[in-house]
Amino acid sequence: MFSELVISTLMQGLIYTLVSFGVYITYSILDFPDLGVDGTFPLGAAVTAVALTAGVNAWATLPLAMAIGALAGLMTGLIHVRLKVRNLLAGIITMTALYSINLQIGGSNLNVDRSTDTIFTSPIVMSLFGEQTLMVRKVIVSAVIVVVVKLALDLYFKTKSGLLLRAVGDNAGLVTSLAKDRGSVKILGLMISNALVALGGCIVCHEQRSYNATMGTGQLVFGLAAVIIGVSIMNFYAASPVSRGFRGVKPLKWLALPAGTTAVILGSVLYKMCIQLAMSMGVPANMMKFITAALFLLVLVVSGRKGEAIINA
Amino acid sequence: MLEVRNITKIYNQGTVTEHTLFKDFSLTVEEGQFVSIVGSNGSGKTSLLNIICGSIPVESGEVLVDGTPITKLKEYQRYASMGRVYQDPAAGTCPGLTMLENLSLADNKGKPFGLSRGVNRKRISDYRDQLHALGLGLEDKLDVKMGALSGGQRQAVALLMATMTPLKFLILDEHTAALDPKTAEVIMELTGKVVREKKLTAMMVTHNLRYAVEYGDRILMMNQGHVVLDRAGAEKKATGIDDVLGMFNRISIECGN
Repeated sequence: MFSELVISTLMQGLIYTLVSFGVYITYSILDFPDLGVDGTFPLGAAVTAVALTAGVNAWATLPLAMAIGALAGLMTGLIHVRLKVRNLLAGIITMTALYSINLQIGGSNLNVDRSTDTIFTSPIVMSLFGEQTLMVRKVIVSAVIVVVVKLALDLYFKTKSGLLLRAVGDNAGLVTSLAKDRGSVKILGLMISNALVALGGCIVCHEQRSYNATMGTGQLVFGLAAVIIGVSIMNFYAASPVSRGFRGVKPLKWLALPAGTTAVILGSVLYKMCIQLAMSMGVPANMMKFITAALFLLVLVVSGRKGEAIINA
Repeated sequence: MLEVRNITKIYNQGTVTEHTLFKDFSLTVEEGQFVSIVGSNGSGKTSLLNIICGSIPVESGEVLVDGTPITKLKEYQRYASMGRVYQDPAAGTCPGLTMLENLSLADNKGKPFGLSRGVNRKRISDYRDQLHALGLGLEDKLDVKMGALSGGQRQAVALLMATMTPLKFLILDEHTAALDPKTAEVIMELTGKVVREKKLTAMMVTHNLRYAVEYGDRILMMNQGHVVLDRAGAEKKATGIDDVLGMFNRISIECGN
């Protein structure tokens, strides 16, 4: 029973890491608090539920959800950059508009039939891990997806386009002096971010076999908390002798500063565990978002960040 | 050749604080000129630079480069042929990126920012040489985040970055004002060297009259949106710091400062 809870929490933490990756790009790299996340997450799930029900191949729903999510990011970006609406408001407009769009796509809720294959029961996964329980398969598949996305992001951040993306959140004026339109760079970042958030919604839909119009509430807060926890731990680690070396002894190369994405995975899993811990102590299920918010406040106060921008890690 | 033609710039138009800075203002800067611009606060020096770079809009008039109007171009498009170093040493670099990443970004100006490697390892030795030439010991700090460097070090790197790729105009906006006297001297010497070596057309706003006289081959003094002193060539050579200071004081008294 206990080990089942641990493994299910780990799986949840992994899946929701995708949302945190998205928030990491907007909040931490672009310095853009994108509230649209709360609308993009159920959008990804709604698209996935409808596609699965319509008989679309389970794996094909992943790029599909990402593409639709990127469109949502494009919308926030255009509102902010081209119509010059403040970033917070641009996100709120997208979030509110998406609520209706989500209802149009998937209704208020939609269940995926048991006979429909999800990615966790797809032929390729069954042929590889068929002898494992469904829960173990879920952990393996979500871990693989998270690691692939993490490595892809790490690689991307080192490309020219990735450097420019990091530069625009750090010092937008520099991007202008490089003769590049900072607005387009921001839009690109928002599209990548929202694609990842929608992918998170997609995988959650596969996992729960259901979509719900209200499932987006609190996703931004989750992502923010996970990013702040992760980055705080990383900063603490970066200042420690393990990372910096001790008395002139250089640390092993792989022990040096880990990538920001590693910190985000760590933060997401830890934060999900904290929430699960609170729930398992007898807090009613209806109180989950309250716990999410209360823990976020605690994280903000303890980390001393209180909401200011995080350094570009 | 850079030309500002019949510029009108009005701040806070239509409000009680409406203020016309430039009215029918024109200025021509010849190719290869190093123009020093001096003048008291509010005289329009930085506004002029901002108008040239497209950072602020104008009510009427044109900015032309080699006879072609660039007034309709956006700020970022104009930087294709311009480099700019600001007063704030933090403005010219990304604090969260390493020096190597910063230099790589600047090195790629004018080329597409696609999915190829951001840092070109083959260029590192060249970066090291350029940093070594600054004489600030920065060549060993390529992997240090810019934010961890001092103001003078950042400004030196900002100057290097602004002039790394081929450009026509270098815009220097009080770029030594925030530095201590010794560092300011170093940065100014570097500036002179870069402008000479790359044969750049430069416009430098400064409050340091000595730098203005020493480095500029043309000196402009501005007051309330007008050029009140403009000396180039032999006339400029005959102009000493005392002449400029005398003129400066006269204007200040007229303005009641």
